[in-house]
Amino acid sequence: MKNKYSIFSLIKNAFSQHENWKQAWGDPEPKREYEAIIIGGGGHGLATAYYLAKKHNMRNIAVLEKGWIGGGNTGRNTTIIRSNYLWDASAGLYDHALKIWENLSQELNYNIMFSQRGVMNLAHNLQDVRDLKRRTHANRLNGIDAVWLNTNQVKEFCPIINTSPDIRYPILGGTLQRRAGTARHDAVAWGYARGADEMGVDIIQNCEVKGIKRNGDQVEGVETSKGFIKTNKIGVVAAGHSSVIANMAGLKLPLESKPLQALVSEPVKPIIDTVVMSNAVHAYVSQSDKGELVIGAGTDAYVSYTQRGSHDVVEGTLKAILELYPIFSRMKMLRQWGGIVDICPDASPIISKTNIKGLYFNCGWGTGGFKATPGSGDLFAHTIANDEPHKLNAAFNLNRFVSGDLVDEHGAAAVAH
Amino acid sequence: MFLINCPYCGERDQSEFSCGGEAHIIRPKQPTELSDDQWAEYLFMRKNIKGVQFERWNHAHGCRKWFNMVRDTKNDKIHAVYKMGEKPPVE
Repeated sequence: MKNKYSIFSLIKNAFSQHENWKQAWGDPEPKREYEAIIIGGGGHGLATAYYLAKKHNMRNIAVLEKGWIGGGNTGRNTTIIRSNYLWDASAGLYDHALKIWENLSQELNYNIMFSQRGVMNLAHNLQDVRDLKRRTHANRLNGIDAVWLNTNQVKEFCPIINTSPDIRYPILGGTLQRRAGTARHDAVAWGYARGADEMGVDIIQNCEVKGIKRNGDQVEGVETSKGFIKTNKIGVVAAGHSSVIANMAGLKLPLESKPLQALVSEPVKPIIDTVVMSNAVHAYVSQSDKGELVIGAGTDAYVSYTQRGSHDVVEGTLKAILELYPIFSRMKMLRQWGGIVDICPDASPIISKTNIKGLYFNCGWGTGGFKATPGSGDLFAHTIANDEPHKLNAAFNLNRFVSGDLVDEHGAAAVAH
Repeated sequence: MFLINCPYCGERDQSEFSCGGEAHIIRPKQPTELSDDQWAEYLFMRKNIKGVQFERWNHAHGCRKWFNMVRDTKNDKIHAVYKMGEKPPVE
């Protein structure tokens, strides 16, 4: 690595007041032609480019980003990472990602602040208890760590939770995945960008794709705000805007784009050292290293590209948060935002070829794409390079909506979608 | 978050309504005749437009009637509201 970050480089740069750090990635003008083009410079897109270059030796590639890298959902999520999914296909996909997360800081030589602080999912009624117990068993059969906690163990693991039997949705227990946790979302995008750039990938920001050129059923290039770029392989990783790009190629996808909201509080001293999610009341909370509570709310029930979201959704989430954690009642919320998430009818992603040659889609991650970033990039790179899916993403093809072989994680995953 | 002018009740908060998704998707008359592709198209494929979109809404916490709406998904501005069975306005 040319500019390896280490304690020595830190000390060395301290002597020059940290003014001589080299740029972590370049700002190139697009070439006329690339071997492959990735549309979308979020975590998934940059990871795709990184693994295309690293594992498949495709160096003449570009990532096109209409804004700045990591400025979309990568910078808008609640940074939760877990792999406790019910179905085998999902378990394989998300645990593949979790295994990469565990060594990612070392691999990228970039501190992504991965913290395996555990994720606890609460049960509030008998059906929750049955579902969550079933899920822990399914997880363990798939080699994913999961334990069932009774109410007292929940209280012991996270003492600020209100486990009183008198609340509207009392806590009857919960599951815990100890390997799960959080990571610093921006650092993930920046780490992958730096790694990809070093291997010769062009990361082109402020370059919006305006059209996709096809010759029959083969792609020939993309029309962008910086001119036409020739290529015969296009990987689309545009999250909420996937349908917009698909439309340019004359494709229709089984997606609906909706605002998903999150909010953070004023910073306080450490109070919650894990991630607690609740499916039934739809509230989840963790604490950032800065001390802010990071709270995830739900999606709006209608299509919108506004990156705002409705007030009633936030209100519902905060009601649930306050009942579960009365200690937060006087905290002030600092910021609220929305990200546009593309949701599939079965709430599982699409990492797939299409019926247009050279056009690949990685989309439909809905409300939970961040946790899959490294795995998604790795598997999508494999799919693009070999024109065939990896066995871990074979189930997540676009054709499942025709064959009916859906990966139905709706409500089966650890959080309501 | 926005206000919706229910054609039966007048202007109400959006939280009283639920959205039924893309409008004017016609249920196939002969479902048994359809190929798998056509079923997938009817069941799952959506335009998901960034811009002016036609959609169905229900006044769930009001008169509980269904109606259609023309809304710009870029800014949530509502262009028109019309009753079920009425012709969509030409944009």
